[in-house]
Amino acid sequence: MNRIKHHIILEDLKEAKKVKIIVDGEEMEAYEGEMIAAALLANGRKQFRYTKKHHSPRGIFCGIGRCTDCIMTVNGVPNVRTCITPVEDGMVIETQKGVGEWKRGENGV
Amino acid sequence: MYKTSIAVIGGGPAGLSAAIEAAKAGAQVVLIDENSRPGGQLFKQIHKFFGSKEHKAGVRGIDIGKQLLKEAQELGIEVWLNTEVCGIEQNKLLWAVKNKTESVQLLSERIVLATGAMENSIHFPGWTLPGVMGAGAAQTFINIHRVAPGKKVLMIGSGNVGVIVSYQLLQAGCEVTAIVEASPRLGGYGVHTAKVCRAGVPFYTSHTILRALGENKVEGAVIGRLNDKWEFIPGTEKVFEVDTICIATGLTPLAELAWIAGCKFKYIPELGGFVPLHDENMETTIQGIYVAGDITGIEEASSAMEEGRLAGINAAASLGFYSSKQKEKLCNEVRERLDALRQGPFGKMRRIKKQELITSRREIRCHQQQIV
Repeated sequence: MNRIKHHIILEDLKEAKKVKIIVDGEEMEAYEGEMIAAALLANGRKQFRYTKKHHSPRGIFCGIGRCTDCIMTVNGVPNVRTCITPVEDGMVIETQKGVGEWKRGENGV
Repeated sequence: MYKTSIAVIGGGPAGLSAAIEAAKAGAQVVLIDENSRPGGQLFKQIHKFFGSKEHKAGVRGIDIGKQLLKEAQELGIEVWLNTEVCGIEQNKLLWAVKNKTESVQLLSERIVLATGAMENSIHFPGWTLPGVMGAGAAQTFINIHRVAPGKKVLMIGSGNVGVIVSYQLLQAGCEVTAIVEASPRLGGYGVHTAKVCRAGVPFYTSHTILRALGENKVEGAVIGRLNDKWEFIPGTEKVFEVDTICIATGLTPLAELAWIAGCKFKYIPELGGFVPLHDENMETTIQGIYVAGDITGIEEASSAMEEGRLAGINAAASLGFYSSKQKEKLCNEVRERLDALRQGPFGKMRRIKKQELITSRREIRCHQQQIV
């Protein structure tokens, strides 16, 4: 685990409510409300998507929602910026291939 | 459609300060931020700030953030979070998307753009590998999300961001293998640089990164020495076994909304690239649209807050909330503090360049008046 529990300046890490997320079919533990990217990193995941043409891996790059390197498919919606999207219990997160695919769903898209 | 007197876009140090000043004057303010919480990049700045007592010197960025939020709350400022502003019409009609699903319009008499900046990158073979990231990104993960990006980090760039984040990585329990600086001289403030030095982190000046190693993620990095023409000297390669490479090579203003609005720009490399022109009151070339903070030149949170105050005071004054005498008194106090921040070898250049920006703005105004 690479969670920083104790810190010389900041208070101890507050234990938030633990929830389950499903990442590429695998169940992982996360803290409710933390960013998806943080939860994945804490679980040792560094590759978030693969590019369309060269299938090369991408991960966290800017961390503030600008660069779109960390986008993934979340609950069937592609291109979600995981560094600024909070975790919810039961969230289904998938490694995105290329530009991703919209699943036809209840929104009718 | 919603209506307000002043819309502030961006809830970082500049935007919060602008909103607070405008609300203090009595104006109705809506503060908009795309993130799920306000504060911008203040909450990852766990180091103590410089300046004088008025600049909150000696106080950590994170605590300044808490103070600003408290003030904003006490003033009853309306805050729209998870809201991305996507467009500005000429009549100051904002189009925004709330919670990624709801399209909203906000008609505002005055607009303050305080959208900040994003980190620059440098490009080398392997720079897209997972594990290569902005130094600010690493800082966000260790100080806000409390997850370490890796165990061993190579830092590229010895400016303030490079040395401050290096020290904070150490505080978070990571190892900083080395700090690499292309210039023959170190770039950061002495105080921060010395702290990293004392911790035993080696600096490699006149060196650059040649490539990142690894297939699916970073497993190492190769650096090499540069000659006095900044060219790589073959045979000087050094290999580091690291799992993270942080890039701290400056920032670029996030000025898209100012472009959309039609503000006039000037290219000033020392301020980070293209920056919207503004006058002494932070008003752009479009009447009623103000800018503050990194959007109009990369500086620090301390100066961003002062610029925000100027923008907030002036936006409110232009709507009649202050007499011109009251306004001038308040503005002069802020300007004095801004000047005090722009001193010394780092601040002097910024003061000169900011003056260039204001002069260019004045020329445009004169030109317009001649046409009329």
